[in-house]
Amino acid sequence: MSGGAVSNDLLTTADGTPLKVSLQRALRRSRIRAFLLVAPLLVFIALFFVVPIIDMLYRSVENTIVEKVLPNTVVALESWSPSSDEMPPEVVFAALNKDVVKGFKDKTLGRLARRLNYDKPGMSSLFRKSGRRAKRMKDVDFQGQFLKVDKKWGDITTWALIKRESDPVTASYFLAAVDMRYNENGEMTSQPEERQIYVNLFIRTIAMSAGITLICVILGYPIAYLLSILPMRTSSLLMILVLLPFWTSLLVRTTSWIALLQTQGILNDLMVLVGILSDDGRVQLIHNKIGTFVAMTHILLPFMILPLYSVMKTIPPSYMRAARSMGASPALAFYRVYMPNTIPGVGAGGVLVFILAIGYYITPALVGGQSGTFISNFIADHVSTTLNWGLAAALGVLLLTLVLFMYSLYDKIVGINNMKLG
Amino acid sequence: MSLPPYASPLERTWYYSFRVICGAIFVFLIGPIFVILPLSFNAQPYFNFTPEMMSLDPVGYSLRWYKDFWTDESWGQAVRNSFFIAVFATMISTFLGTLAALGLSRPEMPYRSPLMALLISPMIVPLIISAAGMYFFYSRIGLASTHLGVILAHAALGTPFVVITVTATLVGFDNTLIRASQSLGATPTTTFFKVIVPLILPGVISGGLFAFITSFDEVVVVLFVGSVDQRTIPWAMFSGIREQISPTILAVATILVMISISLLATLELLRRRSERLRGLSPG
Amino acid sequence: MKKTISAIAAAGVMAFAANTQAADSLTIVSWGGAYTASQTKAYHDPYTKMTGTKIVNDDSASEGLAKLRAQIEAKNLTWDIIDMVASDSITACDEGLAMEIDPAEWLAAAPDGTPAAKDFFDGTLVPGGTNCFIPQIVYSTTFGYRIDAFGGKKPTKIADVFDLKKFPGKRALEKKPIGNLEWALIADGVPAKDVYKALDSKAGVDRAFKKLDTIKSQTVWWTKGAQPPQLLADSEVAMASAYNGRLFNAIAVEKQPFGMMWDYQVFDLDGWVIPKGVKNLAEVKKYIKFATDTQRLADQAKYISYGPARKSSAPLVGKHAELGIDMKPHMPTDPNNAKTVLNFDYVWWADHRAEMDERFNAWLAK
Repeated sequence: MSGGAVSNDLLTTADGTPLKVSLQRALRRSRIRAFLLVAPLLVFIALFFVVPIIDMLYRSVENTIVEKVLPNTVVALESWSPSSDEMPPEVVFAALNKDVVKGFKDKTLGRLARRLNYDKPGMSSLFRKSGRRAKRMKDVDFQGQFLKVDKKWGDITTWALIKRESDPVTASYFLAAVDMRYNENGEMTSQPEERQIYVNLFIRTIAMSAGITLICVILGYPIAYLLSILPMRTSSLLMILVLLPFWTSLLVRTTSWIALLQTQGILNDLMVLVGILSDDGRVQLIHNKIGTFVAMTHILLPFMILPLYSVMKTIPPSYMRAARSMGASPALAFYRVYMPNTIPGVGAGGVLVFILAIGYYITPALVGGQSGTFISNFIADHVSTTLNWGLAAALGVLLLTLVLFMYSLYDKIVGINNMKLG
Repeated sequence: MSLPPYASPLERTWYYSFRVICGAIFVFLIGPIFVILPLSFNAQPYFNFTPEMMSLDPVGYSLRWYKDFWTDESWGQAVRNSFFIAVFATMISTFLGTLAALGLSRPEMPYRSPLMALLISPMIVPLIISAAGMYFFYSRIGLASTHLGVILAHAALGTPFVVITVTATLVGFDNTLIRASQSLGATPTTTFFKVIVPLILPGVISGGLFAFITSFDEVVVVLFVGSVDQRTIPWAMFSGIREQISPTILAVATILVMISISLLATLELLRRRSERLRGLSPG
Repeated sequence: MKKTISAIAAAGVMAFAANTQAADSLTIVSWGGAYTASQTKAYHDPYTKMTGTKIVNDDSASEGLAKLRAQIEAKNLTWDIIDMVASDSITACDEGLAMEIDPAEWLAAAPDGTPAAKDFFDGTLVPGGTNCFIPQIVYSTTFGYRIDAFGGKKPTKIADVFDLKKFPGKRALEKKPIGNLEWALIADGVPAKDVYKALDSKAGVDRAFKKLDTIKSQTVWWTKGAQPPQLLADSEVAMASAYNGRLFNAIAVEKQPFGMMWDYQVFDLDGWVIPKGVKNLAEVKKYIKFATDTQRLADQAKYISYGPARKSSAPLVGKHAELGIDMKPHMPTDPNNAKTVLNFDYVWWADHRAEMDERFNAWLAK
């Protein structure tokens, strides 16, 4: 209390400022210091992780290409409406000619054609043909000349498509991601049945991940229980058996499963040897759902065991003894006393395994064949093979939303601050 | 909990069958990893045990796949790339992650929860989304197909592990030690290096090991963000598996398992050391 | 402590430096496996010997188009030459990703003086009306089968692929609708010249998928050229569609017990595409002129059974470099093999690829 002048009722520090203000200043300074420690990582993650994901979000709706490649046509189409059931006027065709000539010369026409082809097959060849002929068109009756190049220019749906996609943002990628599309009248309808993939794929991914989570709970619970009741020395040793798969390369584990599950592989050989199967009757255990189930369960099991173990470790053994002492049979004591206390662990492990499972790419790609692939495999396919980056981004956004939702659930159950890694 | 002498026959059967079930699950966990080890010595290019191997005939075993791995230049490049990228990514993520953990552990840290959630998110977001997003964005800024791009991407993926482990270490940190050191006349810098660092070092190292193994084993991001110049071991294994599974991959797998075992041993030793330092000894 | 840090930093810098491309080298993208090996022996090695320029092989041609697009968008072009099939080159050309090629300037004339534009087979230099493509080879996708699989019977026509009773066992097909839809229709009785007309209608496409349904449960799907011979070798499948050169390699070099069925093989062209804005333009031009001249194209036929795209190379096709087998009878263009051929319609596929891919993936995923 020395050194401070006491003026009226306020306490002050040595330099005369009120204590409260001084304290607040000190608190703010230490808060800023703490924040500065976090800042470098924050900036790093923001720049190299968050921004890429935002970029992807942007690509799922970005559609500036029509505006850029057909500027005059887009402007000319503003006064036309597809519901009028009439062809666009000659001025639109004149504008189209201007744009197509320039687009062909600058080589921007090809990408536009592919973009429109996603929504309406045939657009690719339409623009390619028109691109080559547009330069040689005479300055009168563009409509007639375009119709001669290809009848599709006389189809109202072609123009409806161009007009609809003139917006710099489009919902068509998201529609495609949920197996829907715009029909001729511009309404949203579902895709023809033979082209519906993604909804089923999402369902399959979620269902299989749920199944894998369930199997992990069933297999992981006994192990975690055993580890928690054994004395420290033994359980550390056995824990190594859980941690070793955790630390082994994902590809190594997947390779092992390929060797084990192949039709000419070890498991089938073993079953033939023992006599369960005949040599011709080998079971297909890989390149299908079974392969994905088995391999992913193996890979994700440690993620279930570790959280469960840390929860079980905190349950005092006296609870069980108390229950027994009051006359409960071991089974009843376990069911009524022990298990309810482990629910948070099951929840934590379950949500973690589920989140990891739905995002998997490598394992389903290698052992899933056709029926065991996940949504991530299709996203990858659209990025590297079909080049439909808009659709890949839209699917990615949907997957991300799902994962973030599960993540918030995890936060509610466990709290992110309590995440431990063994 | 051992079997009490007064256990009933039902309890006895349950006791033993429970342990048998657990044993089976342990076999499920460990078996696949060890089954490929002998396969990597297969003299024939097959993926299962030939009759010669089963009868322990030396003719069935050979080191040819290891020789293949050693001499093949593309595997050599993959190994160099893997270590190069993993070491630098680990350095970046350990440095940034430790700093952040130090800041996050302070009680006065504002917005602790949302920041923590954000910094952990690379671990949670599906890898394909991170990879695709990074591919699109890094292409825009010219980082795609470069070593630097892959290093930065891996560093971003590794930091959550460092943050989590160092934060966990700091939770049990006794702040009176800092005050004690300062009361003895040490400057904040000296306090940091002589008191704080040695105590959090096990956490930092284990976080760093997690980050290292994350980068070393990572394949999806490298596939998208990198090009053939940045080909890493997991990439080479992935494309090898897709095209033709030559047993050279099994040799690589065996080597990787050995590395995992040594990393695990290091981690275990560190854990015991930190428990000893804090006055808790393994039971 | 300081010493170790500077040592690590120095090592890092040296490693970085070592990883940057040497000035006199070309990065060439191709399909890997036996195909890249044949290009290395016939084109790359002689070129390196002649000029000293190193050639780096990148095996990602199956994602070539997408990666090219990304590289050009990022203005970070690391590739110099890309091996592409004709249909992909049409897309690349249309999108301005590839350089336009003037045959007179880029390609060597035939030894007898015929200009390159006339020496390459008709239409191969200008697929789909574009001019960014430098043809190398004619290859075909056709069927191989295990000789021991059918008790002595040999499949001779496409309909046999779909006949599970007479030729039981699994099949391997390429995981793309291209080729498979046409074969399904031909097996169902549609004459080859009417196949694309049939596919223009929904009923035709439905018919193709229905025919594929009959073997779907017995089919394994491959994505890389090296897979079908491997599947046959492992006895995972009894019949497989594959690139004919890979099958030849398996039969002749690896001595696998396979036979080949050439009925309605699907011809396609494989060639070079030059990315727009390539750095080493002079070096690239030199390489292309060398690697696509008459002798070189005939040389690569010494290692793999793909037909050179130049008329003047055909008479020079001789024996296999290591085995001494006469290569002519193994060429897809040889009259004995080319009795029935399906001519791939690039333009139809450029239009309908996206739609067919979606339908195919939905069908696969069921």
